[in-house]
Amino acid sequence: MAAASCGREQGASMAALARLQERLEGLREEYFLTNRAIDEDRKRKYKAAVKIQRWFRACRVQVCLRHLTKMVILIQKWWRGYLRRKHFREIVERAYFIKKLKFYNEMAVRIQKTWRGYYVRKYIHNFYALKKYLKAVSMNNEFVRHELQEYTEMKENEEKMKDLEKKDKEKKYQARKMHYLLSTKQIPGIYNSPLRKSPDPMELLLQKSKPLTHRKQPVKSPFADELYGWPTCKEPPAFVTSLPLLHADRRKPQGPFRDPAEVLRQRYKPLEPTLRARESMYSAPGKAREPTRREEWRNPIHDNEFLPFSSYHKNYEKYEPSLFKSDKYGQEAYGTKYFREVYPKKWIADKDFETLFPSIALFEKFGKTYSSTGQIV
Amino acid sequence: MSQRQVLQVFEQYQRARSQFAQAVADFAARPQSIDTLRSAGVVCLLRPLLLDVVPSIRQTAALALGRLADYDVELAEAVVKAGILPQLICSLPEENRYYKKAAAFVLRAIAKHSPQLAQAIVQSGALGMLVICLEDFDPGVKEGASWAFGYIARHNPELSQAVVDAGAVPLLVLCIQEPEIALKRIAASTLSDISKHSPELAQTVVAAGAIAYLAQMIPNPDAKLKRQVLSALSQIAKHSVDLAELVVEAEIFPVVLTCLKDSDEYVKKNGATLIREIAKHTPELSQLIVNSGGVAAVIDCIGSCRGTVRLPGIMTLGYVAAHSENLSMAVIVSKGIPPLCVCLIEEHEDHIKAAAAWALGQIGRHTAEHARHVAVANVLPTLLDIFVDTCSSEDLKVKAKKALKNILQKCTYLPALEPLLHEAPPSIMKYIIGQYSKDPQASPSKTVWILFFCLIQPDTVSFGICHNSF
Repeated sequence: MAAASCGREQGASMAALARLQERLEGLREEYFLTNRAIDEDRKRKYKAAVKIQRWFRACRVQVCLRHLTKMVILIQKWWRGYLRRKHFREIVERAYFIKKLKFYNEMAVRIQKTWRGYYVRKYIHNFYALKKYLKAVSMNNEFVRHELQEYTEMKENEEKMKDLEKKDKEKKYQARKMHYLLSTKQIPGIYNSPLRKSPDPMELLLQKSKPLTHRKQPVKSPFADELYGWPTCKEPPAFVTSLPLLHADRRKPQGPFRDPAEVLRQRYKPLEPTLRARESMYSAPGKAREPTRREEWRNPIHDNEFLPFSSYHKNYEKYEPSLFKSDKYGQEAYGTKYFREVYPKKWIADKDFETLFPSIALFEKFGKTYSSTGQIV
Repeated sequence: MSQRQVLQVFEQYQRARSQFAQAVADFAARPQSIDTLRSAGVVCLLRPLLLDVVPSIRQTAALALGRLADYDVELAEAVVKAGILPQLICSLPEENRYYKKAAAFVLRAIAKHSPQLAQAIVQSGALGMLVICLEDFDPGVKEGASWAFGYIARHNPELSQAVVDAGAVPLLVLCIQEPEIALKRIAASTLSDISKHSPELAQTVVAAGAIAYLAQMIPNPDAKLKRQVLSALSQIAKHSVDLAELVVEAEIFPVVLTCLKDSDEYVKKNGATLIREIAKHTPELSQLIVNSGGVAAVIDCIGSCRGTVRLPGIMTLGYVAAHSENLSMAVIVSKGIPPLCVCLIEEHEDHIKAAAAWALGQIGRHTAEHARHVAVANVLPTLLDIFVDTCSSEDLKVKAKKALKNILQKCTYLPALEPLLHEAPPSIMKYIIGQYSKDPQASPSKTVWILFFCLIQPDTVSFGICHNSF
């Protein structure tokens, strides 16, 4: 039985074993899963416990801290209030002072602003003074312009006067040069045409002008056509020539005169004394001539001295004029001859000249032609 | 008899030398024959004649050399290289006045060409001899010597200093007091050439007492003398305030204003230059000029002249107006703007236009009132035309732009700005629009218009200005 039972048991156990082995796979898994679930559950419960404990402890601590902070705040509040109340007065005083100062500053700024504006506008940038100044400047400018205008006009007038004078001088010079164009009593000049009512002004000018004298021609120098002048050397330098040329090219004066060059040559001929004058009396040839001179004196041809004119010896009476009537130029005519005196005794005939022939016909027209010189017929 | 023959030979030789010298002097006066003379080696032949026994041959040889050197630079250099200068000046003190004149002529003819030749003359010791000539009694000799000094001193400050060191300045001041007009002219021109280089030289001239005599000669009727005197005074006054004050203290105002009405153009120009040099230093001197009526005279002078003669007058107005707004107002009140406007339009030269534009800018830049006066005279369109014109020079464009900018920044007179709106380039437009934007009374139509303008010109500046105005 035991064996059977054992056998049954073995068989049952074998069957159980087989059933167990069948369930083994799943058993393992089941076992694992249950363990895991338990584990997780345990962990979860552990964490929850921790959380609850933490929370609780925190609450406790917080209550403590809250209490402490409340106390601290209370202390600080009271302390600070105490301090501020202690210094409050000073602060208020200071603030009041600053406020007053600002106010005074404001007012001072206003005063200074007005004063400076006034001062600047009155004295420094004085508008009215500037206006007056500008007005004065413009008036002065007018005055200066006026003066300058007058000055220019005066200058222009002077220029014109100078020009006029120059022209006048020119005209007068021309008139003097052409004085021969003046009309005579018989022949009217070219400026005195018979067809005119009155003579030309040139005619009057010619009447007043004096004829020119003969002038020396200016020496035409060889440097006359230069481009530069002394001090850029215009005039010729004074050359030292051998002969002093005194007016060498003076024109020959009108009349029976000799050629001036000849005259000058003669005038400035160097002295050539005769041999006799050049030599002294006491030189050997001079002494040699002494006997010839004495001989000449000894043997004259004619005894009487040579008389000036033939009847000289007849009335050889030298008239000696009285001292009272003679001056250094000869005898004075005063007292012996009178002005406008006529000496009929000296006249040859009593009557005036008689004309034997009729006068020339042209001379009859004397004073009766078209217009006399300058007179209106 | 043989004695006479021997003497005849010598006489012939002397006559031949004299004829040669005279003939060369004659030929040297004609430009066409100078080349032939040069190729014939005339300089070397004339050199021994300078030491001839006969004084007239020496004089003629010196005259011929002077004319040759006067003709051009190469001949002058040839004359210097031939070593003529020492021989020319070695016996100068004992010579007669014609020789001295001829020698001065030679020195002047050489010195006028270039600074190197003038330096050669100085180095040969000619300055001492020229000073001796200046002390001579004959006015012609003095004239020649001072002319030579003038040409030497003209080139650069060192040569001027050499002239001053030789002691010429007091003698020149004495020359100015001489009665001969030609001598006065030359002496004044020489003083002008000396004092133009530097303040120290001008101070030397002033210390010799030149200003009083120069100022006395301003009323002289001779035009050329006046030119030189005014030029000398302006060269002295231009260097510093003290010198300008010294010139003013010589009581030149208001006599100088009569020079501005002279019939000679260059007298007017030099008179205006003198006033300009005085006006540019300080406001007080400009004030003095305004008070004496100088501004009116200068304005009349500008109106009556043409060309470069106007330039110093225009610059005077610019300088006077630049100092302060009161002086600028005085220029406006003296009717200064119309002549300047006429100058801008009429003149052809760019530098005169530039000066006129600058002067207008100086007048209009101070306050709104000044800008209004300038704008009312219808100047702005002209300035704009000049700025935009392609054939204006760079300098002219720059000055026109600056003037426009200065005037526009102060101009509140809007009707004058309207014609500019049409043609202005962007660089000018921003100022115009800026002025419009500042105007508190701009009408709505105008603002719309301006907005339109700003929009069609995508310019950040104009946008910014629009922002400000709306």
